Amino acid sequence: MTKKFSSTILSCLFWGSGQFFIGRQKAKGILLFAAQVLLFGIESVSGYWFNFFAGQIPDFQVRLYGGYFSRGIWGLFTLGAVPGEDHSTYLMVNGIMALMILMIFLGVYIWNIVDAYRTGKAVEDTHAYISSRAFGKKLYQKMFPYFVLAPILFLVLYVVVMPIIFSVLTAFTNYNADHLPPAHLVKWVGLDNFLRLISIPIWSQTFLIVLAWTVIWAFLATFSTYFMGLFQALLINSDCVKHKSFFRSIYILPWAIPGMISLLMFRNLFNGQFGPLNQMLLDCGLIHSRIPFLSDAFTAKVTIIVVNLWIGFPMFMVMLLGVLANQDPALYEAAQIDGASKLQIFRRIKLPLLMKATAPLVLMNLVGNFNGFGFIYFLTNGGPNNSSLQFAGDTDILISWIYKLTLNQNMYNLAAVLNILIFILVGVVSYWNLKGTTAIKEM
Amino acid sequence: MKKKINSFFVHLELIMVALFVLIPILWIVLSSFNPGDSLASSSLIPKKLTLYNYARLFKETNYPVWFKNSFLISTMNAAVSVVLIMITAWIVSRFHFKGRRSGLIGLLLLSMFPNFLSMTALYTLYLTLGLLNHPLALVIIYSAGAIPYNVWLVKGYLDGISKEIDEAAYIDGCSYFSTFLKIILPMSKPIITYCAVSQFMLPWMDFIMPSLLLSTDNDNTTVAIGLYNMISGKENDKFTMFAAGAILIAVPITILFILFQKYLVQGVAAGANKG
Repeated sequence: MTKKFSSTILSCLFWGSGQFFIGRQKAKGILLFAAQVLLFGIESVSGYWFNFFAGQIPDFQVRLYGGYFSRGIWGLFTLGAVPGEDHSTYLMVNGIMALMILMIFLGVYIWNIVDAYRTGKAVEDTHAYISSRAFGKKLYQKMFPYFVLAPILFLVLYVVVMPIIFSVLTAFTNYNADHLPPAHLVKWVGLDNFLRLISIPIWSQTFLIVLAWTVIWAFLATFSTYFMGLFQALLINSDCVKHKSFFRSIYILPWAIPGMISLLMFRNLFNGQFGPLNQMLLDCGLIHSRIPFLSDAFTAKVTIIVVNLWIGFPMFMVMLLGVLANQDPALYEAAQIDGASKLQIFRRIKLPLLMKATAPLVLMNLVGNFNGFGFIYFLTNGGPNNSSLQFAGDTDILISWIYKLTLNQNMYNLAAVLNILIFILVGVVSYWNLKGTTAIKEM
Repeated sequence: MKKKINSFFVHLELIMVALFVLIPILWIVLSSFNPGDSLASSSLIPKKLTLYNYARLFKETNYPVWFKNSFLISTMNAAVSVVLIMITAWIVSRFHFKGRRSGLIGLLLLSMFPNFLSMTALYTLYLTLGLLNHPLALVIIYSAGAIPYNVWLVKGYLDGISKEIDEAAYIDGCSYFSTFLKIILPMSKPIITYCAVSQFMLPWMDFIMPSLLLSTDNDNTTVAIGLYNMISGKENDKFTMFAAGAILIAVPITILFILFQKYLVQGVAAGANKG
C-alpha cells in the first residue's frame, strides 16, 4: 500500500495518526489527535456512554443519557419529549450551538484527512520529511488571516448568527402562547405558519394593511426629510445669508440629540389630554376641543411624519451642504454663458448632481425607516388600537407589529415568518442597491 | 430692491425653521426646571424655575447608578468594538484568502436581519453562560453586532491607504502585527474616531437589550430604561423628573456629537457609499 493511502486511512480512524506515523510530524499529529480526544471527551464526560457500554443502563435513551452533542442534536430534532421537563427553546438553542461546534470539529476532521493524504504524497514524492515546526511556519504564513479572524468569527457566530438561525427556525415551529415552554412542548410544523398567514383572512389582511402603511411611511419619511433638508441647504447656501454657520448649528441639534429622548419628548408634547401644545392652542382660542394628535388614526400618522421631519431633515441638510461645498462653480458659470436661466440651471444641472451624490444615502435611509422601530414604538406604540387588525394598531409598521406579536402576544412563530419576509424584502432592495457600486466590484 | 425682498423672505424662512427646531427643545429644558410633577403642570412657559427636579432625581431614584452603568457599558463598548472592527477590517482589506468575498457578503446580509426574534436565543445564551443581569455583558452583544456594518465601512477606508506602504514595512522587517499597529492604525485616525464615538453613543439610548437582559432591579439597569419607566405609566406624574434626567444625559451626548461632527458626517457619507 502506498504511503499516501495508508496515511489517509490512519487519519480517518485516528486523527493525526497518518501525519504522526507516516509523515513523522509528531507535534502536528498530537495536536490533531488532541482535537479528537477533546470531541469524544466532551461527549462521553457529559453523557453516560461509559455506563452504557459497561451494561449498567439497560434502557438507553439519548434524552437522559446522551452527551453534549448527541443530546443537543436530539433536542434540535425533537424539541423535547416530556412536557414540563424538557424546555423546547433551550433545547433548540443548545442544539444549534452543539451543531455549530460539531461543524467546526467536522471541518478539522476533513482538513486532517486531506492533510494526511498530502503529507503521505509529499513523503512518497520527495522522500523527505517536513518537520512540524517548518510546516507550522508555512501554515502560519498561509493561514494568517484565518488565525486572526477565528476568535472574532467565533464571537459573531455565537452572538449574531446563532440567534438568527434560531429565529429563522422558529418560523417552522408552533412556538406561541399556547405552546410556551417549559409547561408545554414546541413542535416542528413545517410550512403551517406561512400557510396560515396566507389563508386566514384576518392575518393576510392585517399583513397587507400594515405593509402598505410601512411602505407609505418609509417613502414619506425619507422624501419629506430629504426635500426639507435640500431646501434648507439651498437657502443657507444662498448668497444673501451672512450667518451660515449660525443657522447650520441650530439646525443640526435634532440630529445630535439622542433619538429616544426627542421621541419621548414629542410624545408628551403631543399628549392628547395633558399635552401643553393642546393646552396652549386652547388658551389662545385657536381650537375649541383638544386635537387627538396621537389617538386618531389619520392625525397620528400626520404627527409621526411631522416629528420625523423634525428629527430627520438635519442629516440630509448637512450632507447636501457638504456636496454643495464641493461642487465646481465653473459648471454653473458655463451654463450661464450658454444662456441657461437660473431655474434651468437648478433643474437640469444642480438638482440631478445633488440627487446622484446622495442617492445611496436616500436608499439607506429608506431601509432604515422601513425598520424604524423607535419612531413608532416611542411615539404612539402603534396606537390607536384597531380591532379589525390582528394585534396591530393603526400606526404600526411591520417591525413594531413583530415586536407586539413577540412581547405582548407571544406569537413567536408568526412573528418569525414576518421577520423572514422583511429580511427578504430589505435584502433584495439592498442587494439591488449595492450591485453596481464599486464596493462590491472591487472585492 | 428685489434682492432685499428676496433676502427678507429667505431670512424669515430660516428663522421660522429655527423656531420649529428650537421650541420643542426649549420646552423640555424649561420643563426640567418646572416646579410641578406632572405633564399637565408643565405648560410651554413655566411661571417659576427651580432645580427641584434635579435634586429629586438624585434623592428618589438611582440615577447615578444607572448613569454609571451606561457609562461603563459605553466606554467598554467603544474600546472593544474598535479593536474588533479594526482587526477584522485590516485582515479583510489586506489579505486575500478563500471565503473572503462570500464572508463579506454574508456579513452585509447579517447586518440587515431585524433582531427582535433573536432575543429568545440571546436570552437563552446569556442564561446558559450566567451573564444575565450583568450590565457589562451587554458589551458582547453591542460589539459583536457592530462588526458587520462597520467592517464594511472601515474596509473601504483601509482600501484607500496605499498597499505599497505596508510592503515597504514588510521589506524593512516589520511583522504583520507591528505593521498594523505602527502603520495602519495611525493612518486611520478619522475612521477610528468615527467608530469609537458612534459606538460610545449607541448604548446610551438602547432600550431593547437592557430591558431583556437586565432585571428591572434598580441597581443593574441603564439610563434609557430608568428614564423610560418614569413616563411609561398612564399618569405621567414624573414627567418633569424625566425631563431633568433626559437633559442631564442629552447635553453631554449632544456636545460630543457637535465636537466630533466632522468625523460623524464623514462616517455616514462613507457608509452610504460603501453599503
